[in-house]
Amino acid sequence: MFATKKKNRALREAGWGRTLVAGFIGLIYFSPVLWIVMTAFKTRQDALATPPKLFFEPTLDNFVRVFYRVTTDGDQLSTGMGLYFFNSIFIAGAGVLLAVVIGTLAAYGFSRYPLRGNDTYLFVILTTRMLPPIVVIVPIFLMFRVTGLSGGYIGIILLYAMFNLAFSVWMMKSFFDELSADVEDAARLDGANDLAVFFKICLPQLKAGLAATVVFALILTWNEFLFALLLTGSDTRTVPVAMARAMGGQLGVDWGLLAAIITLFLVPVFAVTYMLQNHLLRGVTFGTVKK
Amino acid sequence: MTNFLQWLMDPKRRGALLVTPAIVLLFVMNIFPLMWSFGLSFFHYKASSMKPPRFAGLYYYEKVLSDPVVWERFQTTAVIVTASVLMQMVIGFGLALLFAKKFPLRREIMMLVLTPMMLSFVAVGVFFKLFYEPTFGLLSQAMMYFTGEPFGLLATQAGAIFGIVFADAWMWSPFVMLLVLAGLVSVPDYLYEAAEVDRATPWQRFKTVTFPYVKGLLLLALLFRTIETFKLFDVVYIITNGGPGTSTETIAVYVYRVAFQFFKTSQSSALSYILLFVVIVLTNLYLYFVNRREREA
Repeated sequence: MFATKKKNRALREAGWGRTLVAGFIGLIYFSPVLWIVMTAFKTRQDALATPPKLFFEPTLDNFVRVFYRVTTDGDQLSTGMGLYFFNSIFIAGAGVLLAVVIGTLAAYGFSRYPLRGNDTYLFVILTTRMLPPIVVIVPIFLMFRVTGLSGGYIGIILLYAMFNLAFSVWMMKSFFDELSADVEDAARLDGANDLAVFFKICLPQLKAGLAATVVFALILTWNEFLFALLLTGSDTRTVPVAMARAMGGQLGVDWGLLAAIITLFLVPVFAVTYMLQNHLLRGVTFGTVKK
Repeated sequence: MTNFLQWLMDPKRRGALLVTPAIVLLFVMNIFPLMWSFGLSFFHYKASSMKPPRFAGLYYYEKVLSDPVVWERFQTTAVIVTASVLMQMVIGFGLALLFAKKFPLRREIMMLVLTPMMLSFVAVGVFFKLFYEPTFGLLSQAMMYFTGEPFGLLATQAGAIFGIVFADAWMWSPFVMLLVLAGLVSVPDYLYEAAEVDRATPWQRFKTVTFPYVKGLLLLALLFRTIETFKLFDVVYIITNGGPGTSTETIAVYVYRVAFQFFKTSQSSALSYILLFVVIVLTNLYLYFVNRREREA
């Protein structure tokens, strides 16, 4: 019994007129992003010019200054931003990997071998994700201080694994629930053991779903601010924290530099959002709304 | 050892085996710390001092609930949540209607609208801070064109709240759009055709054909966004940092201050538990409607 999918239902055709209207509105909607990206390519004078300049000579100066600062002696000093980008990638990568592996196993369990109180477990898991981060962070901060995990990689990675776990479980469960169990039963009749069923039958069907879950969790973690603000030290700082610190500079904000950091920070997000478009709905609702 | 493995791999325990690592991780990193802070909320304790905790009973709950400042922060949060969620619903619905037809380059144009919700709160905060900046920000310059004077939106409470609401609504209207769009796509074509045959006016068609299919998802969007906006922290922290004064301090920013600037650990724990309760109620409600929708489908 296969569930009939009405995925790509034909929408009514509207033609190029709609393209024009939607394109115009879309551009207005997108303009704050465009403005920041433009600011990143401006010189200091152009960035602060009144009236604002729409046309200007682009420069890559800000992007260089993201990573190197030139001292009065002409020496090039690293700003540490390279490290912060590495930290963002490493911490998000490790945290998400852990969360998705553990979460996928749990999702398979919840979907195929329901426990007594299955829904209660799922509810508690979702609640951990719905809680305001500030509620969770107070005790975690204390716990990390006692255990010495504060400021190191391990603590923040474990925390992000927890942070993404609820998301991974709910997302992957929503994908497992859509798979027909008949194929699995047939494989079992043919003598496949449970491991083979999971790895050879289920997972291959869910490649796209798994990829969507991973990428979504990566973005959520990549963007996360509060946990990183309180639990990373100067060696493990992530980019959002560095951005917030650049905002709080004493000598006024260096908008060109900040815009350049943001632009670099956003590139992966743009790329990935485009690829994810078909899974966005499920992703942003943590798998609770499929279509 | 082999006995233990056999016991572990018994098909009866398959579900428990698969789920255990997740439960352990959640317990260690979430539930246990929460229980710890639940305990602390009944003791006098400051994270910044070495004094051992002293039992306080319900003192901090009484203190928090009778504190006018806390109620003020709840009010600020309620104003921001109401205004922002309302704006998200209206804009999101409009956008969904715009994208509910097929047209050339639809996917590409939709990207422009969908991107904001994938951005980091910090980045969005920076965008709008730059936008509202009184000397060279775009908003101030546009106002200068009309009034001849620089305009600091964030200088007044009403302006600052509007500034935050606008940024948050910009970021999350696409979320509502996605949900509504899912509803619009599910309206069967024959209903529209029937409405045409009956010569229904566009409003009648909307009310009797479109809306019933969107209703459920709209409710989910409303609840989900309410829960999420209730936690609003990063955007406020970056754009106004609670100012001017404390007039835009949301409850999340307030808890942050109490916990990490004043180090009133017990008080922040008690406050956290009140927030936790609110979120659990809302999440329950949300899941109730999710399940009802799935049963109906």
